[in-house]
Amino acid sequence: MSIKIGTKTYADRIQEGIDNTFMRSAVSSAQGRFRTGRLKAAEELGDWEDWRTLGEEIRRHTMENLDYYLYQLSEQVEKRGGTVFFAETAEEANAYVQKVAAEKQARKVVKSKSMVTEEIGLNEALEKSGCEVVESDLGEWILQLDEDPPSHIVTPALHKNKSQIRETFVSKKGYTKTDDPEELAAFAREQLRQDFLEADIGVTGCNFAVAESGSVTLVTNEGNARMVSTLPDTQIAVMGMERIVPTWEELEVLVSLLTRAAVGQKLTSYITSLTGTRLEDEVDGPEDFHLVIIDNGRSKILGTEFQSALHCIRCAACINVCPVYRHVGGHSYNSIYPGPIGAVLTPLLDGYEDHKELPYASSLCAACTEACPVKIPLHEHLIRHREIIVEKEQKTTKAERLAMDGFAKWASSPAAYKLSTKMAGTVLKPWTKDGMIKKGPGPMKAWTEARDFPAPAKKSFRTWFDEREKRREKDGRL
Amino acid sequence: MAVYNRERFLDQLAGRLGRPRKTTADRPAYSVQPQERVFQGADQDQLLGKLKEQCEIIHTSLVETTFDELGDTLRRVWEEGHIQNIVSAGGPRLEAYGLLDVYETMRQEGYNIHIWDEQGGRDYVAEAEKAGAGVVFSDVTLAESGTVTLFNDRWNGRSISLLPETFVAIIPKSTLVPRMTQAAQIIHEQEKKGVPVSSCVSFITGPSNSADIEMNLIVGVHGPVKATYILVDDKEG
Repeated sequence: MSIKIGTKTYADRIQEGIDNTFMRSAVSSAQGRFRTGRLKAAEELGDWEDWRTLGEEIRRHTMENLDYYLYQLSEQVEKRGGTVFFAETAEEANAYVQKVAAEKQARKVVKSKSMVTEEIGLNEALEKSGCEVVESDLGEWILQLDEDPPSHIVTPALHKNKSQIRETFVSKKGYTKTDDPEELAAFAREQLRQDFLEADIGVTGCNFAVAESGSVTLVTNEGNARMVSTLPDTQIAVMGMERIVPTWEELEVLVSLLTRAAVGQKLTSYITSLTGTRLEDEVDGPEDFHLVIIDNGRSKILGTEFQSALHCIRCAACINVCPVYRHVGGHSYNSIYPGPIGAVLTPLLDGYEDHKELPYASSLCAACTEACPVKIPLHEHLIRHREIIVEKEQKTTKAERLAMDGFAKWASSPAAYKLSTKMAGTVLKPWTKDGMIKKGPGPMKAWTEARDFPAPAKKSFRTWFDEREKRREKDGRL
Repeated sequence: MAVYNRERFLDQLAGRLGRPRKTTADRPAYSVQPQERVFQGADQDQLLGKLKEQCEIIHTSLVETTFDELGDTLRRVWEEGHIQNIVSAGGPRLEAYGLLDVYETMRQEGYNIHIWDEQGGRDYVAEAEKAGAGVVFSDVTLAESGTVTLFNDRWNGRSISLLPETFVAIIPKSTLVPRMTQAAQIIHEQEKKGVPVSSCVSFITGPSNSADIEMNLIVGVHGPVKATYILVDDKEG
């Protein structure tokens, strides 16, 4: 997989999302729960706005000094016996991991959840080199068995229901029990335990690297990331280059923000900080540790007006409040990063060409910006994307450009505007019933297929306003 | 041990940032510090109260005991969980807490107890995999989140708190601090002094869990299914 998850058109993807009633009800209930959890956790903590301010200041300082902190990180990892590989592209990163796998003659690779490895398509690369790759996060394992992409960055299998999951387990793994979630999870525990013990290499992502000590921190709940970093002799951690903090003091603040904003937990079950290889007198943990630091388009964002998009800590709070995501679901975005942050980030990482619709998959209600624990102005970025698409790239459709040109001419001439708004009621009369337009003509067709459009008032607003002003003048009221 | 492609990569970042490469960075004085205000001034008993409240939320039982009764308390955990095989962290604290003798007595009672140290090699991982319970000592305990912090080392392998179905943490009352802030400060101060951090620092909050199937909370996924904290008043010691 790469950042793009399919080849269907935007309109088809949206339609599929809207037609998938289970997914829509699952997303809407998940959004409700996530949101309540986040708000409750923020309230319990107190001073939430101060926390957000601190989070933003930390992220800003780190991005402004990113070259220094990455240097310090790599020095520390090396000092602790690890190897660091800086990869400018997905291909470089994959080739390095393939090389390590070949040197280790690895047959089985076990993974914990990592968005960046999805982004670079690491699984496919490893499979090409003859390795069996096992995803061990429960949600990711379900998706891997079913060859389905993730639809949410925290709960990737959100779009599947338990009976679909049971079906998958039955057909792919010979499962015989019920669709009770506890039983399904117990089956995964039993099946994957053997994979953990047998694996030659463990691959993890990285929520936050700590520059001062060379540590890689994983924020998890299931315990699979601990398995992956405890049992195999070789560990490879893969991180996007922006996922770093200066010291443990900043780590603590961002972890506190992440767990609350993501799932409403004070801390997740496991916050695990790994530094280099196991020591000589230790018996578990990897004897060989590799850290792969990935650019893959991120540096193009650095130093631009979109730099704060790199502040993202991948909590999904913006996704969980987005009314558009609620209706169309994660797959509609055709990116492993869905929702508002996905709509901001995907065109930056992968270009506007294939993702020009994404900045429009937003109502600009700003709920995302308000929810973001590090204060990324998401909706402002979306507006800026739209401006760029319209102004510079001319990526709007021809019909839209013509319509907008027409609108500009029409609206900039007061006489024409006045005349046509006055006339609108008359012109639309054939489609109007009881003051509502049921099946509108031309551009109104799509809208009125799903809902009614209020018919223009018999008197236009401007006419009404002028008359009201005159009346007030006459009555001597304000 | 090596670092590949660093110069080219970092030069590019500095170029994007529109300045030469930085060889140092001063952390700014951040404008707010809300993390310092959480449970500020609380004493150990107040922190214990917070820890108890949080244990309810994280599906973890908390038992208070004394030095003298620690052995009996552990035995009750084995009995309740029908546990025969136990793997325990080793090191100087075992003796300080009188557990060497306790474990010896338990062995005579038929319990299978493995004490972790580097002598056992990878075999101990296999023992942990077979064990019904893993016993560790908390190094720093976070009241706010109900978290046990482990500085994993040769006496406290990562597997002990991970592979067995039941996770048992002995919490010396003196290790209680308000929240992760204080644990992070301890590690940061050590780093500044040049004392390197453990190869693995585990912040563990209750049993493992997942909400990946229809957002239902499932307690017990890959890690432990059950968690018990045993709080020992260590002021006497």
